[in-house]
Amino acid sequence: MASRKESSSASSTPMASTGGTLDSPVKQIQIEGLVVLKIIKHYQEEGQGSEVVQGVLLGLVVDDRLEITNCFPFPQHTEDDADFDEVQYQMEMMRSLRHVNIDHLHVGWYQSTYYGSFVSRALLDSQFSYQHAIEESVVLIYDPIKTAQGSLSLKAYRLTPKLMEICKEKDFTTEGLKKASVGFENMFEEVPIVIKNSHLINVLLWELEDKSTVSDKHELLNLSSSNHLEKSLQLLMDRVDDLNQDIVKYNTYSRNLSKQQQQKHQYLQRRQQENTQRQSRGEPPLPEEDISKLFKPPQAPPRMDTLLIAGQINNYCQNVKEFTSQNLGKLFMAEALQGHN
Amino acid sequence: MICAALMEAVRCWSLRAEEDAVISPAPVNPASVSLPQHRGTAAAYQLTAGVGRAFFFKMSVFGPVVKIHPVVLASICDSYERRNEGASRVIGTILGTIDKHSIEVTNCFSVPHNESEDEVAVDMEFAKNMYELHKRVSPTEVIIGWYATGFDITEHSVLIHEYYSREATNPIHLTVDTALQSGKMNIRAYVSAQMGVPGKTVGVMFTPLSVKYIYYDTERIGVDLLQRTRVTPSRTKGLTSDLSQVGSAASRIQDMLTTVLAYIEDVLSGKVTADNSVGRFLMDLVNKVPTITAEDFENMLNSNINDLLMVTYLSNLTQAQIALNEKLVLL
Repeated sequence: MASRKESSSASSTPMASTGGTLDSPVKQIQIEGLVVLKIIKHYQEEGQGSEVVQGVLLGLVVDDRLEITNCFPFPQHTEDDADFDEVQYQMEMMRSLRHVNIDHLHVGWYQSTYYGSFVSRALLDSQFSYQHAIEESVVLIYDPIKTAQGSLSLKAYRLTPKLMEICKEKDFTTEGLKKASVGFENMFEEVPIVIKNSHLINVLLWELEDKSTVSDKHELLNLSSSNHLEKSLQLLMDRVDDLNQDIVKYNTYSRNLSKQQQQKHQYLQRRQQENTQRQSRGEPPLPEEDISKLFKPPQAPPRMDTLLIAGQINNYCQNVKEFTSQNLGKLFMAEALQGHN
Repeated sequence: MICAALMEAVRCWSLRAEEDAVISPAPVNPASVSLPQHRGTAAAYQLTAGVGRAFFFKMSVFGPVVKIHPVVLASICDSYERRNEGASRVIGTILGTIDKHSIEVTNCFSVPHNESEDEVAVDMEFAKNMYELHKRVSPTEVIIGWYATGFDITEHSVLIHEYYSREATNPIHLTVDTALQSGKMNIRAYVSAQMGVPGKTVGVMFTPLSVKYIYYDTERIGVDLLQRTRVTPSRTKGLTSDLSQVGSAASRIQDMLTTVLAYIEDVLSGKVTADNSVGRFLMDLVNKVPTITAEDFENMLNSNINDLLMVTYLSNLTQAQIALNEKLVLL
């Protein structure tokens, strides 16, 4: 119990609501060490250079815990007949795994990310379809670059129920979003993760520790990490530019809309004036034309992209802040070390 | 204050070293935690030199070295736990890459099989299918051999090995002792060799190969995290975040330093004889802290801290900005 409390308090971020306030069926995720190792290996071998690697998570649901016991990777999308291949590949894999008694219940999927940039339309759509089909599914985001810096970075996200509603309606306009009061902070909710191993695996781990040399690379305490900071800030700037463009688009839209309102108003007034004039002269009034045909309302820009970009920016800022706090700690340690020379 | 003590100790040590004429070149990493158990003679240091090497000395080495990734072993243990009722062991295929001097095992999958007193049936169709599926994800992996849980090599193994020699040239047979017969999980690898009188009765002998564990960097970090799940009584571990990780890494280093210090104290008080190579490592360790004038260091530190603070401020500003933007839009 104590370790669970520790894990739920340690993973509270302003990006998503914490484990304590989740009102979804899954309050905690329990992963086996095997899954972690497989994900790491998959990225290491197949992920160099390409954008993301993906795979499927298998497991089962126990009470309010989602246990992930195995996973298998997806091949890369190189050919164009990937669609049909994918479904068939998945079916084949699950059937075969069933033969060897591996849990074949689909409980989610995993994806690797580049410097934390995973909030995209594609992710949203995939997660929506998963969550729609299976209530408790999650997406595990594995950040290999952050892991290489010293600490395993694995996060689990689900869509909030509000966002699910919106996706279902496909209503991405401003009014729709306002109705559901979905902000970029309410898009995803993070579920706390706990790693658990069986006793046999623990014996294996003991054996490995016995037979391997102590790792002599303390990456976590490495001071020279400005490269990472640079890249993150670069991505952040790109995203802010995107958001800026989006805002400009929205502004022009609202300006156009108000201009059009004015024009409509003026037209109506003129019409009325003319009609009264004609009436006073005794001529038949002009027919009332359909205003909506004359003044077509401009296309409302979809707000979903803005929301996604804002969410992404939030994520980047979060990562950068975490990174800087770690580095500050390291700098102070270096100072202490130096101070006694 | 640890550093000051270390400096002091190394100075005393180097004075002593000048008197010593014997130099024993045993490669030891002074930061390894195995130090306190093997203080003293040079022979003891030879043993400490990475138990992987000790393993090396025990087994005779013929043929290539087999390098195994931990994910393979975890997978094997997992399939052993999920075996069917009545099956005493599990077998499967191992995949990996072969190169001139070594064989790297990177993946595996289990194959259903039935084993009884006099016959063994392995589902080969399944094995082929799985291999095809795996090939689509990682086309560079080839069938290296097969694995079996359990300590001994039975006659059935010979048959299975024969099948696998049709799939791959010179297959490797890996055994993982999940029943922990000798109190440890022995992991061994074998190649088969023909033996007997040529032309007449020919038999098959399994010659052992040396086994090493290799990790990618990220794998190492993952395994380190998993190691920590052994400690908590409920066998679970949450993933901690930012500053607490730096704190725990720092405390690990501190533990190592305390161990080294304790050893130095013992040497200085004469309880343990000094070893020059360890002394040299200690000298390296202490010299790693760069000697910069206090003023220069102040400047560097301040500029770095300023950079980081600025970045923090900017990211906070950005977050505030987008929150504001959202409120305005949704008004």
